[in-house]
Amino acid sequence: MTSPSSDTGAGILRLHPDGTASRGSRILGIVVLVSVVVFLYVALVASAPDKSLDAQGQLVRIMYLHVPSAIACYTAFFVTAVASGMYLWKRTMGWDALAASSAEIGVLFVALTLLTGSIWGHTTWGTWWEWDPRLTSTALMFVLYLGYLALRRAVLDPTSRAKQSAILGIIAFVNVPIVHYSVDWWRSLHQTATVASLDPQIDGLRLFALMFGMVVAMLLYVWLMMHRFRLAFAEAALEAKGLDLALAERRAEARADGGTVPPSVKTEGAS
Amino acid sequence: MADLAAESMLRDAAMVVGKDLRLEWRSRVTLSQILPFALLVLILFAFALDPDRRILEEATPGLFWLAVLFSMLLAIQRAYAVETTDGVIDALRLSDLDPAGIFLGKAAGIGLHLLVLEVVLFIGVTVLYGATPHGGLLVVVTMLLATAGLAAAGSLYGVLAAGLRVRDTLLPILMLPVVAPVLIAGTEAFSAAYANSSGDGWKWCGLLAAFSVLYLAIGIFAFEPLLEES
Repeated sequence: MTSPSSDTGAGILRLHPDGTASRGSRILGIVVLVSVVVFLYVALVASAPDKSLDAQGQLVRIMYLHVPSAIACYTAFFVTAVASGMYLWKRTMGWDALAASSAEIGVLFVALTLLTGSIWGHTTWGTWWEWDPRLTSTALMFVLYLGYLALRRAVLDPTSRAKQSAILGIIAFVNVPIVHYSVDWWRSLHQTATVASLDPQIDGLRLFALMFGMVVAMLLYVWLMMHRFRLAFAEAALEAKGLDLALAERRAEARADGGTVPPSVKTEGAS
Repeated sequence: MADLAAESMLRDAAMVVGKDLRLEWRSRVTLSQILPFALLVLILFAFALDPDRRILEEATPGLFWLAVLFSMLLAIQRAYAVETTDGVIDALRLSDLDPAGIFLGKAAGIGLHLLVLEVVLFIGVTVLYGATPHGGLLVVVTMLLATAGLAAAGSLYGVLAAGLRVRDTLLPILMLPVVAPVLIAGTEAFSAAYANSSGDGWKWCGLLAAFSVLYLAIGIFAFEPLLEES
């Protein structure tokens, strides 16, 4: 039984006895909070509605949320793939925790992307769902990473889990463009009348709202990652400690019963 | 040197696929359980989609590949169920067989089972749904390429889920999104063949070929670490 806390990327993080917050994350948290308020003001109030040829009107505002969350989810899954590769190379639990945290936050952003896309579709197309290639491939990506998280929950042994999910994390990311292009191709064959898509004219304050939205989404991602990563690391430490604790308890019980203490209690990770 | 390694990989693959086929010959699980299931799916589709309104005939390509995907899940679970009982997987790890060879052998075994399933399902949709294909060559090539892709991905995800207590429920959620491109491409290529416009179908075969090559390559490299952990 390798203990995840002993062999691992101490360089990547410090353990925080009083929760997952640190000075850095608190400062970043305040920055995110202020940015969100400013972003909402610019996106919802200050910027003008879209009045271009293919006018989106007020609806353009949902894009300031939709596009940044889409970009954040791709970033998150990219980080998962890179961290997975790094785990396979370095074999330290820190990289595994990074991959896991990023995938989880990525799923959150995909859900947000799907939700905003669907709401936009409802007002534009009149239905909650159209088989738009981008929406469809995003939905598949959502399920793909739910599968990744499901695998993480299914494997109990930390080392096995790290290795298996690292491989899956890379395969899943390789799979994203295949799914994207096949769905794209599939729809382009069937679409007779082009469905209106979210491509409004972007300039001035609208451009600023979009760009600023991306910055805010990235900051939010980083802030969430700091907390989720520290939580994942604490979980790994607890997992290792919990096993030691349980072993000590069983040994104490054996001693109290007056029986002989087994030289080592064999533990088996249910992989 | 590289030739020798490739030769031993293929020899190991042949041994594994031979073992799997012998197991199937003796147990007949695919023949007596998975094949009837596949036919049952065809009949259930007819209950869901009114056979009198020609929906079945129009939807034949998609229904065919859906039936293949569902049966595939069972075939993969079966292929790895025989490896995980009685500690066989440990024996396999200790056997000094090339892991890439084991991967190719398992994939070939799953692929052969799938091909039999596909032939029977094809006869099934022709008889039951009354759909007559035109581009025979396109149909055959699509089947072969799609089967290679499904078998490679299946062999890979099968070993990932093998040994887990939740493997039966985990495998579909892991595999089906991944093989969605095969469903799309297989359906489109079959549609082209049924509509007698094979020209449109061939580019989908290109996608199927790319998918197969990619997953065969991933499997050859990723199977060893996955086998160690299963």
